[in-house]
Amino acid sequence: MAGYDALIPVNVVTGFLGSGKTTLLRRLLASPHLKNVAVMVNEFGEVGLDHHLLSSVTKGVLLLENGCVCCAIRGDLQEALHNLFAQRERGDMPPFDRVVIETSGLADPVPIAYTVLIEPVLQHHFRLGNVITVVDAVNGLSQLDSFPESVKQAAVADRIVITKTDLCEDPDVADLKARLIALNRASPIYHAADNTAAELLLIDDAFDSEAKGAEVDRWLAGAEVGDDPTHHDHTHGVSSFCMRFDRPLDWTAFGIWMTMLLNRHGERVLRVKGMLSVIGMDAPVVINGVQHVVHPPTHLERWPDDNRQSRIVFVVRDISRAEIESSLAVFNRLANPGADAATLAPYTHATA
Amino acid sequence: MCSLCGVLGGRGHWTDTSSNPDAFRAAAPTTIAGEQQARTNLVNKVLKHYGLSLSDWAPGSFVLRSHTGQTALVNNLTEVWAAAETMSKKECDPLDAKLLDGLERQTMQAS
Repeated sequence: MAGYDALIPVNVVTGFLGSGKTTLLRRLLASPHLKNVAVMVNEFGEVGLDHHLLSSVTKGVLLLENGCVCCAIRGDLQEALHNLFAQRERGDMPPFDRVVIETSGLADPVPIAYTVLIEPVLQHHFRLGNVITVVDAVNGLSQLDSFPESVKQAAVADRIVITKTDLCEDPDVADLKARLIALNRASPIYHAADNTAAELLLIDDAFDSEAKGAEVDRWLAGAEVGDDPTHHDHTHGVSSFCMRFDRPLDWTAFGIWMTMLLNRHGERVLRVKGMLSVIGMDAPVVINGVQHVVHPPTHLERWPDDNRQSRIVFVVRDISRAEIESSLAVFNRLANPGADAATLAPYTHATA
Repeated sequence: MCSLCGVLGGRGHWTDTSSNPDAFRAAAPTTIAGEQQARTNLVNKVLKHYGLSLSDWAPGSFVLRSHTGQTALVNNLTEVWAAAETMSKKECDPLDAKLLDGLERQTMQAS
C-alpha cells in the first residue's frame, strides 16, 4: 500500500446552484500547477477541458445497512474511481496526479468524502484533499437562511470561495463573510475576484503532512477569534465552538468517546478539527473529521507555542457545547480514575 | 484478506495507534495486543451500561456479546457501537445523562 503522502488527492468542489463552481474550476484548471488532473462532474457541466480528463458520474447511491444518508458509499463514484485508476495503471490515459470532483448544487459532499476514505480498495490509492465550497455573494445569505444544504456545504469546507463580489455592496459581502465564519471558523475564506490561485485552494492541502502545521495554525487562529462560549450561529440549529482541555487527554478514551458520539450523532456533528495533547506524547496529535468520516490522525513535530491545551473545534447541529464538553470529560476521567477529577475537567472559560 | 473469516483488510481504524504511526511514532511504545486489551477494558466499562461485553478475538477484531448469548464479530470501535445498538436495542448515546452518571460512579469506585 502506498504511504499516505503517495496517495492521489481527491478534491471536492461544491456550492449551491449557480454559485460559480464551474467558472472557478475552469480557472483553476488553467493553472500551470494543475497539468495532470482528472475531473469528474456529477452533472454534465460544460467545463472546457484541454489536456484534462473528464468523466461523468451518475446519481446512483448505494446506502449501507444501518447507514444514514451521510454514511453512504456512492456506488457511482466508487465505480468511476475504480475505472479511472485502472485506466491509469494500464496506460490508457495520462498518469493523473489529482482528481477533482465538481458536485451538483444540491449535493451533499460528505458521501463523496466517505467513499474515498472508507471504500476498501479506493483507500489504498486515493486520499481526500481539500473540500472547496463556492458561495455566491449575491444569493449566499438567503441560501444559507433557506436551504440546509448550503449550510452544510459551508460547514464542511476546508476552503471557502466567495464569488460575484463585484455584483454586491461591500457591507453585504462582509455580512456573508461573518455568517460563514460563524458556521466554519476553521476554513480560510477567499474572494474569487482576488484571482484565487489553485495553489491556495487545491495544492495548499489541509491534509498534506508538510503543510499541516500552517493548517493547524489557521484552525486555532479561527478558534481564538470565536472563543466566547456563549457565541453561536444558529442558522438551521448549527453552532460552532472551540473546546479546550488543560490536561492531556487519554487517547483510548477519546477514541471510544468520539466513535460513540459519531455513531449516534454523526449526522449532527458536521465538523471536528483539533490539536490534542495526548498522555504519553510530547507532540500534539491532529484530528480532522466530517460527520461520520474521520481522517487518519497525524502529529505535529512540535507544539506551535507554549500553550499545551488540547483545542477541538466543533461545528454541530442542535447539540450544545456543554453536553459535548462534559461528556468527553467523563470519559477521560473513566480512563484515569486515580487522577484528580478537577485536573481532567474541561478548560473553564472566564465568562462561562 | 483474512483466510479464516474472509474479512477484507482496510487501512486500519483511525483510533489505532499502531495503524497510524505518523501520528503516534513519538508515543511510548506499546504492542498491538496491549493497546487492544486496554481499549477492550475501557469499552467494557461503557458496554456494561447496555448489558454487553467485548473481548479480543484477533488483532484488529473483537467479539461483542450480550448477556443472552448473542455474539457479533466487529473490526473496530465504529463497528462496536453500531452492533451494540442492534444487539441491545438501545441507543448508545455518550451524551445520555444516565450513562454519564453510571460512568462517574465507576470512576469514583475505582479511585
